[in-house]
Amino acid sequence: MKKVYKVGCSIENLRGIRDFIRNALKPYGVRELDISEMVLAMDEMCSNLMIHAHHCNPDDLFELSVNVDKRKGVVFEIVDDKSVFDINAFQEPALDNLVHEKRKGGLGIRLVKAIMDEIEYHQQNGKTICRLTKKVQFN
Amino acid sequence: MVQIKRIQEDGMDIIIPIGEVDASSSIELDLVIAKSVGEGHTKILVDCTALEYISSAGLGVFMSYIEEFRDKNIRMVLFGMNERVANTFEILGLKELLTIAEDKVQAKQLLA
Repeated sequence: MKKVYKVGCSIENLRGIRDFIRNALKPYGVRELDISEMVLAMDEMCSNLMIHAHHCNPDDLFELSVNVDKRKGVVFEIVDDKSVFDINAFQEPALDNLVHEKRKGGLGIRLVKAIMDEIEYHQQNGKTICRLTKKVQFN
Repeated sequence: MVQIKRIQEDGMDIIIPIGEVDASSSIELDLVIAKSVGEGHTKILVDCTALEYISSAGLGVFMSYIEEFRDKNIRMVLFGMNERVANTFEILGLKELLTIAEDKVQAKQLLA
């Protein structure tokens, strides 16, 4: 069953997002480590969106949904009014460069790509939908 | 939300983050490490036993100090990570760039 969470773009809401995902996945017998990886990846996606697309405006809302499909795996969707930056087009900087430049950013996208199996973007009714899929085992 | 404690033991500064470090709270971790460096500590332990969660914002804080620590001959060891937190460091290959110990005893030995 698809579960939906509407959230304002304040980074103070990231904790609520993490709780929402943990609670949504709890009944499905997904491995604890898989849940924690998905929580991390979605935290990264949502914080990027809040900070870069919405400049942390708490009045801007986007929609996050989780759908568990025993064949496909866990499917997340982020639906947003703004045109969202496609992380597939982003070339992550080498770790050595991040260290050298003393950059605090640049790791989040690397985490999302390492954790999720598929990341797709679609346009629908003037909104951008980012769909992220993780194949997992259900016990 | 994170609460960060600090204690000094055997000439080492021990930083203890309690709770979750994410984009909204990583600044606090950054400030505490900066304070430790500013006070002249050269042996820093990060006790992760009560660290429940860390996102890239927190990892980025540790990464951002690597060069400064090399230049100033400051050594930092993280220890006591739970499986989920350790996995986050592992995914990014940060175990190669940072010194991570199993527990406090091993961490102190590495800084002795």
